Amino acid sequence: MNIDKKIVDDLVANDVSFVTTVPCKQLAGVIDEVDARDGIFHIPSNKEDEGMGLCAGAHMGGKRPAIIMQNTAIGVTINTLATLTQYYRMPLPMIISYRGELREPVACQVEMAVHTKALLAQLNIPTYHFHWQKDVEEFDNILKYTFMCNKPVAILTDANFWGGYGDQ
Amino acid sequence: MIRSEILRDIAPILRDQLVVCNIGIPSQELHAIDDQPSNFYMLGTMGLASSIGLGLALSQPKPVIVIDGDGSVLTNLGTLPTIGNNCPDNYILMIIDNGSYGSTGDQPTYAGMKTDLAAMARAAGCDNVVEVQDKDTGDALQAALDSGKGTVMVVKCDSGNAKMPVITMDPVVIKHRFMEAVKA
Repeated sequence: MNIDKKIVDDLVANDVSFVTTVPCKQLAGVIDEVDARDGIFHIPSNKEDEGMGLCAGAHMGGKRPAIIMQNTAIGVTINTLATLTQYYRMPLPMIISYRGELREPVACQVEMAVHTKALLAQLNIPTYHFHWQKDVEEFDNILKYTFMCNKPVAILTDANFWGGYGDQ
Repeated sequence: MIRSEILRDIAPILRDQLVVCNIGIPSQELHAIDDQPSNFYMLGTMGLASSIGLGLALSQPKPVIVIDGDGSVLTNLGTLPTIGNNCPDNYILMIIDNGSYGSTGDQPTYAGMKTDLAAMARAAGCDNVVEVQDKDTGDALQAALDSGKGTVMVVKCDSGNAKMPVITMDPVVIKHRFMEAVKA
């Protein structure tokens, strides 16, 4: 299974047509796939809170948005999630590269990984953790759930899910 | 002129347009001067008015006017390259540049010192950047709308705020009526 393709197929099937991204090595394939699809407008952001602003506008313009980013972004976007996305009840699937988990080669990434789920829990953000490739089967349901409840929803995808870092 | 005087001046132009308004006193002033369902008031999240407006302009065909501030743009400077590289024809970013953080007590911003926001917008790739003096704002805004081209306006004016009440409308109500105006 090509998980990049599966993720973007599910986005398209759920009418997600506006996607903003802040890159991560783990997410390079899915970002390429987003960029290649005619049915998706891809707009890279310089920072994740900026991206959430773009998604808020797209939502109010009648499009279904999504953001693709690293988990370090949770540290950047708490105010935006609380006072924009949640306060105005906006749906936002957040496809998050969960750096600093099992098979992570860069020690510093662990420092935000240990806070990621706690911060998301503190914000009452529904959170799913993809560790095995088969976990992607739930992605379609998660998207439907997000647009049903008009909330930001986090999908944490770790190195094991993406197949690790080459020979590490 | 101060910001509230400009908003009073241009209210007849804004009335028929989708407007995304910056957090704090700018939204309070616009709300008090001429509340419209087609106004989206930011109640939180400093800096993101330009981004919300850009996402909106890219997602539907009606013109979108963002009322932003120099301090707010400085908070979210990454917005300028994103605008410069993606600017749709229906997007107008109007930066009310009074050289101060008005909502927090008029502390000076760097835009009131050596920093030139219009030059930064041009360097970021924004094609149509106009510098406007406060009293000319209405004419410049109408010209930007008539041009049918994405435009960044930097409106130079005096620092200062009008005393207006806090917006007590529920955020979901603000969003709902705004989305109805988008669809209308």
